[in-house]
Amino acid sequence: MAEEEVKFRVSIDGIPVDVAPGTTILNAARQIGGDIVPPAMCYYSKLEGSGGKCRTCLVKVSKGSEKDPRPMPKLVASCRTTVMDGMEVENITSPDVVSARKAVVEMLLINHPLDCPICDQAGECKLQDLGYEHGEEQARYEFARRTFEPIDIGDKIQLHMNRCILCYRCVYVANQLTNQREHGILYRGDHSEISTYIENALETDFIGNVIDVCPVGALTDKTFRFKNRVWFTKPVDAHRDCPTCSGKVTLWYKGADVLRVTGRKDEFGEVDEFICDTCRFDRKQTSDWKLEEPTPVEKYSVIGSNHYPEFNPPAVIKEDKKLQTANKEQFARTEKLK
Amino acid sequence: MLSVKENSPVEFSPELLTKFGEIVKRYPEGKQKSALLPLLHEVQAVFGWLSPDAMDKVAYFLNIKPIEVYEVATFYTMYFLEKKGKYNLEVCRTGPCCLVGAEKIMHHIEQTLGVREGEVTPDGLFSWRGVECLAACGYGPVLQIGPEYTFYENLTEQSVDSLIETLKNKA
Amino acid sequence: MGRTLLLTHINVPGIQGFEVYRQTGGYRSVEKALKTMSPDDVVEEVKKSGLRGRGGAGFPTGMKWSFLAKPEGVARYLVCNADESEPGTFKDRYLMTHIPHALIEGMIVSSFALGAKTSYIYVRGEMMPQIRILEKAIAEAKNAGFLGDNILGTGYSLEIYVQPGGGAYICGEETALLESLEGKRGNPRIKPPFPAVAGLYGCPTVVNNVESIAATVPIINDGGEEYAKIGIERSTGTKLISAGGNVKRPGVYEIELGVPVEEFIYSDEYCGGIANGKKLKAVVAGGSSVPILPANLILKTASGAPRLMTYESLADGGFQTGTMMGSGGFIAFDEDQCVVRNTWNFTRFYRHESCGQCSPCREGTGWMEKILYKIEHGLGTQSDIDLLWDVQKNIEGNTICPLGDAAAWPVAAAIRHFRDEFEWHIQNPSESQTRNFGLAHYADPLVQTVD
Repeated sequence: MAEEEVKFRVSIDGIPVDVAPGTTILNAARQIGGDIVPPAMCYYSKLEGSGGKCRTCLVKVSKGSEKDPRPMPKLVASCRTTVMDGMEVENITSPDVVSARKAVVEMLLINHPLDCPICDQAGECKLQDLGYEHGEEQARYEFARRTFEPIDIGDKIQLHMNRCILCYRCVYVANQLTNQREHGILYRGDHSEISTYIENALETDFIGNVIDVCPVGALTDKTFRFKNRVWFTKPVDAHRDCPTCSGKVTLWYKGADVLRVTGRKDEFGEVDEFICDTCRFDRKQTSDWKLEEPTPVEKYSVIGSNHYPEFNPPAVIKEDKKLQTANKEQFARTEKLK
Repeated sequence: MLSVKENSPVEFSPELLTKFGEIVKRYPEGKQKSALLPLLHEVQAVFGWLSPDAMDKVAYFLNIKPIEVYEVATFYTMYFLEKKGKYNLEVCRTGPCCLVGAEKIMHHIEQTLGVREGEVTPDGLFSWRGVECLAACGYGPVLQIGPEYTFYENLTEQSVDSLIETLKNKA
Repeated sequence: MGRTLLLTHINVPGIQGFEVYRQTGGYRSVEKALKTMSPDDVVEEVKKSGLRGRGGAGFPTGMKWSFLAKPEGVARYLVCNADESEPGTFKDRYLMTHIPHALIEGMIVSSFALGAKTSYIYVRGEMMPQIRILEKAIAEAKNAGFLGDNILGTGYSLEIYVQPGGGAYICGEETALLESLEGKRGNPRIKPPFPAVAGLYGCPTVVNNVESIAATVPIINDGGEEYAKIGIERSTGTKLISAGGNVKRPGVYEIELGVPVEEFIYSDEYCGGIANGKKLKAVVAGGSSVPILPANLILKTASGAPRLMTYESLADGGFQTGTMMGSGGFIAFDEDQCVVRNTWNFTRFYRHESCGQCSPCREGTGWMEKILYKIEHGLGTQSDIDLLWDVQKNIEGNTICPLGDAAAWPVAAAIRHFRDEFEWHIQNPSESQTRNFGLAHYADPLVQTVD
């Protein structure tokens, strides 16, 4: 009889899943998919050592394991906590988790410039998503936001330190994909910043991947800068024979022009394969590529439909007869004016 | 921020390099990066601050990337990334010292030296700054002066005056 | 007079040097442990002693030692945490300055128990003089055959090195200390794995405070059971308390755990009362991170029992009415001190010392400092107090390391016990810095006559 593979059974928000020992809670949740997947701003499955820092993926372990059912005393970072057999995890079903996540999002936003209208990342920004899901309408922070002097890190990559949430992903990219790390985290506390310290351009074969891994608009593609809003561009999967990387990319079209080349991202925003800088920055003709098909994108993503989803009145209006009548009247008036 | 306003090329003396070699021996093979903090202290004791060139040379000695040295040097408060006065007075400004009058002492130093926190006197002799707890809370207010980090305890305005006088005469 | 174990010979002239230290009975524990005991016996004695980590967390040292993984062929390390930087605490500096050999002796015994061949003492960089003292002590011990190859002919070899820090409070957190010792930024690691499994250079490592290591000397000399006889309940042995702030006689005192707080503050054996004939307003009993308590609550628990200097008694009442032993940094505030200003000062400290790795601490400490600055400088509004409470709550428990909690607790306690003082600052903006709120109802219940 073949030896059976050992699996741990965990339940996340009541949904059971069997995973290999050593799997983190976050990855177990990703196997289930859907709303119960904790958000991750700093964890990146393809970068070793990443995670644990942003604290957005905190979850509650209400039962440690079958052997030791005691709950864990504090919320834990799901991206760095491995599952035990019989573990029970609460994510969106736990009010503690929801309020902690709200708190973390607020912390991430207090010093963020909120310059989405002029940010190239807008539309595909993880912090934007988080803000919509967990943010408050009213900011409670009334002090001047932290700013950094802009620095130039070369003609391919644009660094906006003001937007950075210090996820360290770009540092891991430089460490793990290139052999010459030129940038790092300098200073400490709330003055920490991504910098090269001395004037230095980031130029190695794979360094452009810092753009793809950056969850916010801190590192963006200089060759795409201010060219277009991402939701006006059409993503198309394409490939080429590249001697350095897999050559599998997403091309972002506006009309017949390729405005931008990125790695192909999965549903969690992570690239499938890292691409080289030649593919990213220097191959912007359709003739450079063999086109595959339009990139599948999520239905509710602003990029997906290129227009906003139909307006569905919130449930309360349906219930409220008075409001319904009022709405009907308003609607009739507006129609008349047309 | 590219904080480097000046870069002075440095040359490590053979004695310093010998000391480097001895320090590196404290750690297992391949873990020479552990020597980074002590080495930076040694370099700063000689040159008074850490110029980018000095840090690059330390990186070269330890066979690590320059950015790894910058990351460390900017993290810790004891490393000076710009020139300080010959005597850099570091006054503890944390709670217990403030209970016994550290703020008054800092104000007095500012008045006496005529320079604000972080600035250097025109003769290049003095600079001062407030630092966080120096673990001498029972003897406050306290200040320290590098590179040997000599301690001056139970400060009064008079004792600060005479300290500054002594240092002036010594220079 | 209480019994002393660590500072007994502190006043003997020349105790800093090896010769005198040896004459007063020094290094007996090394001889006893290495020649007559197995490493496991030593661990067993420390377990029996009930010694709890003196660095702040109070975790039983013997238990910590027994968690150490012992895979074949992998080096194990003992690292001494001498990165003393908790505001209010200065006992380790005192011990290392005056009796450096007590630490070295403890290091040898502890390293032997853990099977470490190389041990490091991580001293905060500002303590350069203490680093020189320790280096000299190590050289003397080596000269006398207590360190190096084949110690006392027992076949056990050990090297101890002193490592200077670079100026960062966070390196007192054990994993940040290990990162720093590896030559990196002092960013605390995400646990698990714990150092006992993967610590320095990925090897099993124990990190202990200076005082904990020094305490193993009397434990081995007299036996763990003898040590456990001192103190009350689970607070065994003696503890060094750093007394600072507005007491008459600040300094380091070795107390038998169980001394009443009232006795510690007012008796001439210890602090000798409050300086300049003033009254006691509040106490931070265990270093800046622990909750501040008003005088009436530090002297007596909520149930009216006298509060004792033990882990349990100081924590009696939880954070509602109690505090913590912490690292034993005892800071007394007299009637002229302003709690709001001090809380702002402490928060500025935590903001300055946050490593910046995780978002709640990096952003939250700065936010708290700004709000407190505003209130202290007469620019606050009533809603700021509630906001401050919310912010500290949002930091607590959500960070990678305990620095987030350490920053949140003092703020929470200040609001909890001194809310009226915060309100007074807001209602009297023009006087917020010139006049003190005073004692109000949390004043010292003991009638202290002015000298």
